[in-house]
Amino acid sequence: MRYSLFLGCTIPTRQMNYEQSAREVARVLGIEFVDGGYGCCGFPVEPVDEVKALSMAAANLKIASESDDALVTLCSACGEMLSKAEKRLGEDAEATKGVCKILTQAGLAYAGEKPRVIHFARMLHDDYGLDNIRARVVKPLKGLRIATHPGCHYVRPSTLYLGFDDPEFPGTLDRLVEATGAEALDYQGKTDCCGGGILAVREDIAKAMTGKKLAKLSGKADAMVVICPFCGIMYDKYQKTLEEELGIQLGLPVLYYPQLLGLALGIDPSKLGFDVNSVGVQALLGKVGV
Amino acid sequence: MAQDSVVDLSEVDTRFLRRLETELGASDLSKCFQCGVCTASCPVREVEASFSPRRIMKLAKMGLKKQVFSSDTIWLCSMCFICLERCPQDVRPPEVMTVLRNMAAKEGVAPANLSKLLNVLSRNGRVYSIDDFTNEERGDRGLPAVESDLEFIKRISEAKA
Repeated sequence: MRYSLFLGCTIPTRQMNYEQSAREVARVLGIEFVDGGYGCCGFPVEPVDEVKALSMAAANLKIASESDDALVTLCSACGEMLSKAEKRLGEDAEATKGVCKILTQAGLAYAGEKPRVIHFARMLHDDYGLDNIRARVVKPLKGLRIATHPGCHYVRPSTLYLGFDDPEFPGTLDRLVEATGAEALDYQGKTDCCGGGILAVREDIAKAMTGKKLAKLSGKADAMVVICPFCGIMYDKYQKTLEEELGIQLGLPVLYYPQLLGLALGIDPSKLGFDVNSVGVQALLGKVGV
Repeated sequence: MAQDSVVDLSEVDTRFLRRLETELGASDLSKCFQCGVCTASCPVREVEASFSPRRIMKLAKMGLKKQVFSSDTIWLCSMCFICLERCPQDVRPPEVMTVLRNMAAKEGVAPANLSKLLNVLSRNGRVYSIDDFTNEERGDRGLPAVESDLEFIKRISEAKA
């Protein structure tokens, strides 16, 4: 199995633990990642200039189409933006005209190329398969109670992900967690947004959204599992600030799915980037017995 | 709230309405029948009472541009798409929100943190610039170095619409 890896902006600079664990897990599972010369997917500029955002996505899709490998994204927003551009530029003549105008000035072109775009977690679930993951697990994470946070762009808008997960009751991440031997908890508000989308506009509201879920899960789960760098930043990096501001102890480790899977695959924790995690994972690793 | 709720119909902006009609993202706005499922489902609304997608849809549909652009509420949608999944009329509120935000940005009323992003991208080609330290840390972790200058993103950022 071979894929072209789309890193985006945040992961290779701010959330290297996600990238490090994803690459390590892929290596152990026999999945090859090829690095491409990709740039910003366009998502961050969508609020101010959607045509420019679509242009950036189109330029990346063009690069991806130069090989037959499907494009794997670690970031859910990148995945959504690239998938949306493929759909939009096929049905919106006005937007396509605007995109072509911008790309021409940049010396680029997009002729409707549609490489397959797939999120890392979906690739593991759909392409690699749960049975194959279970077959590779050498250290079942029995007894671990995990609260999954599938996030928004991984499953919504569902029109971009036809035939995939339920947009209201997503189950693929739970099943991926259960494939490691851990228990995936059922809890109210599983699909609630982390708040990351408005962090740059109103930090107070974003943090209130983050804190609400953390307070609900603290003490009830051994860890939260995420698959998007924005969710990771909100729940992990902001957790300490929230503890101080709210005057409460949260202490909920936030792991990227490949960090959890890596433990079950018997990968040495030092190769899974846990030093980047803000909330301490020592107790969790102790519970796993590594 | 009561004061804010009063709308002056003499302020209906027909040019704004005509422009909305040409945007694919707002093409089903006229179908909104104000059921309020969007606001009732909204995770932002749960922590911030001033945010109501339903109200924004109504104001936009009526052509009350000034009211739509005069508060920061169009910028508060977190793009979680729950309302898009639930809207019985397929209005796609987040897409309407993007259309409104783009219009506001063109008029220079976008939050500074968002409007500066295109400048950042035209300078670095990335949201976060790559320095030697970044690639050194990546090397220590066994990760391949990433390019510091992404020319094609810079050129797209600088292109004129």
